[in-house]
Amino acid sequence: MRLRNFLLRVADIHRFVVQVIKHFFMPPYEVREIIRQCFAVGNRSLFLITFTAFIAGIVFTRQSRPSLASFGAESWLPSLVSQAVVRSLGPLITGLICAGKLGSNIGAELGSMQVSEQIDAMEVSGTRPFSYLVVSRITATTLMLPLLVVYADVVALLGSFMTVNFINSSSFALYFNEVATNVTYLDVFSSLIKSAFFGFAIGLVGSYAGYHSEKGTTGVGKAANSAVVISMILIFVIDLLGLQVTNIFRR
Amino acid sequence: MHYPETYTSTSHHAEGERNVVATVRNLKKSFGDREVLKGMNLDLYESENLVILGRSGTGKSVLIKCMVGLIRPDSGTIEVLGQNVFSLNPDELNALRLQVGFSFQGSALYDSMTVRENLEFPLKRNLKIFDKHKLEELVTTALEDVGLAHTINQMPAELSGGMKKRVGIARTLILKPKIMLYDEPTSGLDPITSMEINDLILSVREKYKTSSIIITHDISSAKHTSDRIIALIDGQNKMEGTFEALSETTDPDLEPFFKY
Repeated sequence: MRLRNFLLRVADIHRFVVQVIKHFFMPPYEVREIIRQCFAVGNRSLFLITFTAFIAGIVFTRQSRPSLASFGAESWLPSLVSQAVVRSLGPLITGLICAGKLGSNIGAELGSMQVSEQIDAMEVSGTRPFSYLVVSRITATTLMLPLLVVYADVVALLGSFMTVNFINSSSFALYFNEVATNVTYLDVFSSLIKSAFFGFAIGLVGSYAGYHSEKGTTGVGKAANSAVVISMILIFVIDLLGLQVTNIFRR
Repeated sequence: MHYPETYTSTSHHAEGERNVVATVRNLKKSFGDREVLKGMNLDLYESENLVILGRSGTGKSVLIKCMVGLIRPDSGTIEVLGQNVFSLNPDELNALRLQVGFSFQGSALYDSMTVRENLEFPLKRNLKIFDKHKLEELVTTALEDVGLAHTINQMPAELSGGMKKRVGIARTLILKPKIMLYDEPTSGLDPITSMEINDLILSVREKYKTSSIIITHDISSAKHTSDRIIALIDGQNKMEGTFEALSETTDPDLEPFFKY
């Protein structure tokens, strides 16, 4: 029975993903709602991303410096920090913050709409709620995550620069010249593509959990919770897969 | 009334003077092991208020959700305005749904939108009306019809239960449906507000010439709004007739409704 339920759930998720992908290529698009959701995605997570990315930049720099100093390689600090931030730290921090903030939000929002029959009300008034509620949210998270990652990278590097500047009085131009020299196009593009997948996963998991939420207030709680947990796991899985694929090109 | 298993109907076939606008034949629906509908049948006539009376959990709401394609039945046929609901493609089903208003038990107002936005939503999305003056006129008229024009800029959370039900009805009326489906319209309301909702159901029929199915277990609501009642007991039609005829029943399943 449990296996049967599991297989039914897998089939249901497959149907959901296929429907989402179909809607990506099937106009009309909910342009106004997508723009509104993009704004909401940025607005909801900007403060947290600024705060965490800045601190992560400082901490990583402070922790790496003594090790590099012991080899006499302190000058490699901007290179090390920039590659770590652009390749992994920035996307991962942004992904995890968004999974917590946006995943739970989408799951709870759609879950409460499901429980209070608002989605059914849209359905019976011929409004096509799937496109309006689900596809617009997934599109928004997919589009916004790369932008947020670029922002997080810049903030983390600023945090790192301020730390270096505080210790060594290093100049802004020198630091960022080192950064620009050591970060490749492959680093940037792989990071952006990976973040788009993070965004897709966060939107998809949140929407699925909310759209299929069980009735009752516990259903909404479960939807929000599973949206966060599953999207966080998926972010690490995508990060790992992304690394493998990028390494093929790096060779 | 006898309903043959292989009943077929034409779009608007007359029985006496009246046209049938919706038919349900031998409808069955189970959730897991629980059989909720065990062969439900009904005909809804033009401009008629048909009450489906029954205890909680007997499949009344499932019936009307099947009628608008929200729930797929296990077997049986449903024809609404001459169209077999489950043979329609998504576009055809959406077009049919525009002609069928559904008033939900919990109102189902979009809680992130104001009353105005709730009413504008189906107009903008379905009828592609974006002209501000036209929208204002339609929204105001629909709200005036339910006596709540003053709530236009309020959020659903600021409204009482009865007001939410009225706004929910206004949101469906704005699309000028031919059929109205009311799911427990008076549940959770005090007797005075319930009576106001009952009066509203009658006035909607007068003004919009709708045919309605009213799902309820509230006997005073059934008495006030019904032209005809179908008693749904244990997932099947138990009895059918006017309120007066049914109130004289000695059937042990039905008598308690009229006794208390």
